[in-house]
Amino acid sequence: MDLIANHITHRFGDLAVLDDVSFTVGAGEVVAIVGPSGCGKSTLLSILGGLLQPTSGAPELRGAPPADSLNPLTFVFQDFALLPWATVEENVEFPLLHTHLSSAERRALVDDALRRTGLTDFRKTYPKQLSGGMRQRVGISRALAVKPAILLMDEPLSALDSQTRELLMEDFVRLLADGGMGAVYVTHNLEEAARLADRIVVLSRRPGRIREVVTVPMTRAARGETSAREKLLALQNQIWSLIRNEAIDAEREVQHA
Amino acid sequence: MLDRAAAETSAKDETTRRVRFRGAGFVPASSRFGGWIALALVIAVWQAAGSAGLVNPLFLPAPSAIARAIYELAISGALWQHLSASLLRIGVGWLLGTAAGVAVGFAIGLSRLARSVGITFISALFPIPKIALLPLLILWLGIGEEPKIATIALGVFFSTAISVYSGVDAVPRNLIRMAQSFNVPFATIVRKVIWPGALPSILAGFRITASVALLLVVSAEMIGAQYGIGAFVLQAGNLMQTDQLLAGVVILSVFGLAVGKVINLLETKLLHWR
Repeated sequence: MDLIANHITHRFGDLAVLDDVSFTVGAGEVVAIVGPSGCGKSTLLSILGGLLQPTSGAPELRGAPPADSLNPLTFVFQDFALLPWATVEENVEFPLLHTHLSSAERRALVDDALRRTGLTDFRKTYPKQLSGGMRQRVGISRALAVKPAILLMDEPLSALDSQTRELLMEDFVRLLADGGMGAVYVTHNLEEAARLADRIVVLSRRPGRIREVVTVPMTRAARGETSAREKLLALQNQIWSLIRNEAIDAEREVQHA
Repeated sequence: MLDRAAAETSAKDETTRRVRFRGAGFVPASSRFGGWIALALVIAVWQAAGSAGLVNPLFLPAPSAIARAIYELAISGALWQHLSASLLRIGVGWLLGTAAGVAVGFAIGLSRLARSVGITFISALFPIPKIALLPLLILWLGIGEEPKIATIALGVFFSTAISVYSGVDAVPRNLIRMAQSFNVPFATIVRKVIWPGALPSILAGFRITASVALLLVVSAEMIGAQYGIGAFVLQAGNLMQTDQLLAGVVILSVFGLAVGKVINLLETKLLHWR
């Protein structure tokens, strides 16, 4: 199943946020979206996931989703969006409650998702008892439980410390390794984009337009090797040179707002 | 390098001063038994003043006299007669007001139309002292239990509706977006996200409405009732039986404390995740 951004334009009142953004996320592909602050990255993700109506253009799907997928487009949120009154397993089971699945089937999916994210021993724990990294693991586990075709990740690591970010990045690489699941990954962090994405969509400052689409010229597995570091660094520098001046302008704009 | 070594040597020669502790913020910690000890002290001083004849018992009877009055009320059966009448009015009025308040509060919290209409009405009617409506309610409903119960229900309704829609408004929007992103139906979102999210505010509202109900039942019974704690307090006041009057006040206070305890228990059970 492909996800297509088809000429998406969006305005909040008089404020133009996105301007004619078009690209396609192929099955199993990981596309990162980067750009200066306020360029509309998160707005674009909300539109792609059906949580915001664009002013014009539309998000579209091409092809059938995987037969066992219960929610083909599934979000992983920056602030985790966990139900504080529910335990880890109740949070993971939450999106399954309204499905046709029996309680045993739901249980099997929850068990599998918890196992894949290393949360089996924490199933009875409440979110407030967990660290930020573990909370985000619950968010990822909940997303995996519905067997998504494409994960929509809105800066999923930005609220975490650098060590936890590194560990979760390794988890993402592992989860996306088999190519069975695609992702749209919105981030400020160019290193994350270069580590994870097959292609990187670089947006201009507001209103966000596509400035360039950069293809990462190596497999995700190869990017973990020491020899790949220089190439990834060069790629990050290339993207940074594209957005640096606009990032400075965007920051000044925010300060004067 | 040499300069730095010299500076360190010279620093070692000087006497050290400990950095003064300047505080760790204001954290008012309450002692578990402090309140009870203070209450017992006040009662003891009050009793001592009464026993020593320093206070005229007509104006302020001693605690022992009040306890005796409560005991006599209990064995005569009058306590239960008055208390049961008040409890029935509070119970029915509170339940009716709460049920209507929860329903209207949720409607205002969830529906644009209900919000625009409901908030206008609530803003206009909430400030009216509900006891002022009792004569009108007597005119509409007769002189039985109904106007007293309706007065309590009205008082409870507005506070409940406000606390419920405030609670619904306070549910983090990201949780609702999360549920929508998984195609969770509206009814499940209300049941599994909005209701538990609004519960802290709803229970805080219950604490207020229990006090409102108590206040209104006493006022209503003072205006037009033969039985009830309010009627009893008024009769005792008219007959200058201040020990009986204060016995009624103590009973009201104990009832208020008991309701507070029940709400504490509810909060512990339902909001254990906080």
